[in-house]
Amino acid sequence: MPQQRLRAYVWEFPVRLTHWINALCIVALSVTGYYIGNPFIHAISSDQYIMGWVRLIHFVAAYLFTVSFLLRIYWSIAGNKYANWKVFFPFNKKRLKQIAESVRFYMLISKKQSHMLGHSAIAGLTYLFIFLLFLVEIITGFVLYSQSHYGVTRTLMGGWLLDIISVQTIRLYHHLITWALIVFAVVHVYIAWFVDIHERNGIIGSIFGGYKFVTKDYE
Amino acid sequence: MKEDKIFDALSKNGVSRRDFIKFCTAMAATMALPSSFIPKIADALEKKQKPILVWLEFQDCCGNTEALLRASKPTVAEIVLDILSVEYHETIMAAAGKQAEKSLMDVVKNHKGKYITVVEGSIPLKDGGVYCTIGGRTAVDIAREVCGNALATIAVGTCATYGGIPAANPNPTGAVGVKGAVSGINVINLPGCPVNVENITATVVHYLTFGALPTLDGLGRPYFAYGKRIHDNCERRAHFDAGQFVRKWGDEGHRLGWCLYEMGCKGPETYKNCPTVKYNEGTSWPVQAGHGCIGCAAPHFWDTMTPFYRRLPKPPGVSVEKTADKIGIGIAAAAAAGVAAHAIASAAKKKGKPEQETE
Repeated sequence: MPQQRLRAYVWEFPVRLTHWINALCIVALSVTGYYIGNPFIHAISSDQYIMGWVRLIHFVAAYLFTVSFLLRIYWSIAGNKYANWKVFFPFNKKRLKQIAESVRFYMLISKKQSHMLGHSAIAGLTYLFIFLLFLVEIITGFVLYSQSHYGVTRTLMGGWLLDIISVQTIRLYHHLITWALIVFAVVHVYIAWFVDIHERNGIIGSIFGGYKFVTKDYE
Repeated sequence: MKEDKIFDALSKNGVSRRDFIKFCTAMAATMALPSSFIPKIADALEKKQKPILVWLEFQDCCGNTEALLRASKPTVAEIVLDILSVEYHETIMAAAGKQAEKSLMDVVKNHKGKYITVVEGSIPLKDGGVYCTIGGRTAVDIAREVCGNALATIAVGTCATYGGIPAANPNPTGAVGVKGAVSGINVINLPGCPVNVENITATVVHYLTFGALPTLDGLGRPYFAYGKRIHDNCERRAHFDAGQFVRKWGDEGHRLGWCLYEMGCKGPETYKNCPTVKYNEGTSWPVQAGHGCIGCAAPHFWDTMTPFYRRLPKPPGVSVEKTADKIGIGIAAAAAAGVAAHAIASAAKKKGKPEQETE
């Protein structure tokens, strides 16, 4: 017998908006960033401006991503309980137990994990880690960008960090984190799909429309 | 000789008025000053007394001295040597042994707080500094006395500024730059391997003209010489923006003088005025000669700017042959494969025991 499903509004507009801005920016930044590190297309004439345009797109997308990141931080205070900063710190006993449960679920050992309306405990923890990577990526990006700026702007962009850490070390971690985020994107999309077909809760649709379709046992 | 005015000394050595003004113009340009400063510089050099200078060499290869002495034309080198009263310089002085050391100590005693010290080479601190001694005294001991009593110390070359090649990992002698060895003194860092002589001269001329040392950045480098990256003023920059890169030594792009970015050029990471002052009196510099910048003016360049022919350093704990991007592609592919395997395993499991919750 089919269980009764309820329509629940989970992801508010700013959450969905920042999600998609982040997604588009990560794609744009990864492709342009890879080009900047390893220019795989070569100009055939001096009046082309390939590296120039690619860098422009990278920097504009970087600003957009930073604003989106800050908006999401703001919404973790101003938004509903599913967007609240507390869901990204699942460190109490109950949540840690749920993380262990989810690990067993995703390793196909157990059949069920706790049903959560917002982020599950393991998702909250993952996003905490991802947000930290975003932050490091934004900081290292601006430090690298500061090199072509002067005076106060350079200092504000974090150029003073170059006096302490080698620019090449900063650049290396900027690259490595990009790859970590690409790996995350692959796993993220797959897990969303996996949960969608297992729980039939409309999780993939929810990031477009905001609604999930859930049974009564959802927390 | 010590009381000589600079211009008198120059004309005595056959430097014409024209050459002198050309030199003042070059100095104004190096310090990024407008042409209205040329008469001020000329005035200062005509009237001021020659500053007394001692040149100390520690763990070095003499490369900065060579850069100073080996010029294709004699004029600038002569002017540099003639505007300075060099009282002590191991490589070029006539005195030797105890006599030489005495002349150094005489300067410290008689001109306390008035002379300029130039330091070339790093200073070892390990095991009490025994790895570099001159006349039985350790380098650090000499530096503390000579730099400590000087008006200012100019650290020339990357070794004297950051420890340079002797300080490269594993730094067996505990080598440091002047700032790391002597605390509480005025140090102007002029890194580079070797330093551009124009920058030494400009620093001294700046002091003579304005009575003050040039403005320094966070790493003690004058802004006029180290305020911009090599990339920002590079003659090949247009090829970078266009997307024209050398991909192999000797390929078509290399012959056409395209950007050396893909060959690991560290111009985008290195702060120095090489593209404008160049070397050997503006004859050439590495990028003009077709070789990428190796970032020799960057702190600890031997460790931080290697591999010289790659854009990125090697990731920690990984062999040299793997680049960050190769590893990244590998991990991303592994993640995709893992996801696919998980999906198949999940589907296979589901087939056996259908989930209860599904309708």
